[in-house]
Amino acid sequence: MSEPFVSRGFVGKRRGGTEKAQRIPPGQYLTEDFPVLSAGPTPLLSLDRWTFKMEGLVKEKVSWTWGEFLKLPSQTFVVDISCVTKWTHLDMRWEGVSVDTLLEHVELDRKAAFVTAFSHEGYTTNLPLADLLNGQAFIAYKYDDKPLSPEHGGPARLVVPHLYFWKSAKWVAGLRFSEKDRRGFWESAGYNNHGDPWKEERYS
Amino acid sequence: MRQPLDWQIATLKEVKHETPKVKSFTLTLPHWVKHRAGQHYDLRLTAEDGYQAQRSYSIASGPEQEREIDLTVERIEDGEVSTYLHEVLVPGDRLEVRGPIGGYFVWEAGLIPGPLVLIGGGSGVVPLMSMIRHRAMAGSIVPARLLYSVRNFEDIIYFNELEELRVDGSGLEVFYTLTRSQPPNWKGYNRRIDDQMLKELVKPFSKSAQAFICGPTLLVEAAANSLVKLGLPAAQIRTERFGPTGA
Repeated sequence: MSEPFVSRGFVGKRRGGTEKAQRIPPGQYLTEDFPVLSAGPTPLLSLDRWTFKMEGLVKEKVSWTWGEFLKLPSQTFVVDISCVTKWTHLDMRWEGVSVDTLLEHVELDRKAAFVTAFSHEGYTTNLPLADLLNGQAFIAYKYDDKPLSPEHGGPARLVVPHLYFWKSAKWVAGLRFSEKDRRGFWESAGYNNHGDPWKEERYS
Repeated sequence: MRQPLDWQIATLKEVKHETPKVKSFTLTLPHWVKHRAGQHYDLRLTAEDGYQAQRSYSIASGPEQEREIDLTVERIEDGEVSTYLHEVLVPGDRLEVRGPIGGYFVWEAGLIPGPLVLIGGGSGVVPLMSMIRHRAMAGSIVPARLLYSVRNFEDIIYFNELEELRVDGSGLEVFYTLTRSQPPNWKGYNRRIDDQMLKELVKPFSKSAQAFICGPTLLVEAAANSLVKLGLPAAQIRTERFGPTGA
């Protein structure tokens, strides 16, 4: 057994006290900001042409316009978010539609086991279907009681709080259900296929 | 067996003062792997009682610099890791790191065609400098233009090296904008990056230019949106951003 490594002279800041510290996954630090991270330019999406689709292994596809989507039953979600770039922001307040609610509108094929969330500008991310069910995921269109801004993924983004934030596809355009798992954008670029912050599933 | 992204214990070889707030740290790695320009390393500090803090820092050196990497780090007021690196760490000290990480904000000479448009704000110039150093070491003559925004003249990182590289005949051009104060007889820009500045920057290049933008969110948002307006396809604009968050 080798001695555990210690950084000479490092004490650390240990922000937030014990209660908050217990909610911060390993290797993360607490921030009060809402940093913006995207691989390319922020798309400006027109609400007139915005749609949200559920497709793939469903009996009948469904597509909502912006007006239709706003009429779906919405909920408020207060959740902790962790980004693989190491920030964690506690108690982020969102409003949107639970994926459970959306799934009431389609009949899933029994073979459906994985989901690709796809975005209006071409981004994709993959998740096991089980990670989107039972209140674990929602499509958010408000943050802090205000419409979700474009740089944070507005008009609407997927939010999956229990996974690193790259799984929470910005500018989301729909969910595609499939039998097999297909790696998305960051999952094909060296990042972990699943992304659980508590297991530090950062890279592949 | 050792996996590529396992933690390894690097040794600090030397520290270079770049600007009043920025230092470069040359680390010697026992398990060095050639990186791609634009990638980063994760760094982990551990206190006596086991408390740990991690951050990611862009690699400043080119992949041609073997067995070691340079990380250029800005000291953040009230920061946890950057203050330790700036104030405590001395040559000979050991540091846990893993990498290289990141597969999208990268440029490799010969692999990505088209002239290079590099736009950096503050310490966002670091991954771009890795690309510039790689371009020089690889002998690439693909046209490249760097637009670099900082507040004051003394905040320019790598100034002397950039001044040497811009006259080496390889086709690198460097444009500075100083947004807060300018020295007497300053001939560069003196305002925040805007549409007109970017129009001048990309003017000699066709629509085949590849753009890399790194810096604070507002700068990256503005520059990326402008380039889209100027007709550069979104797929050719790669961004890396950092917010005003305590690194």
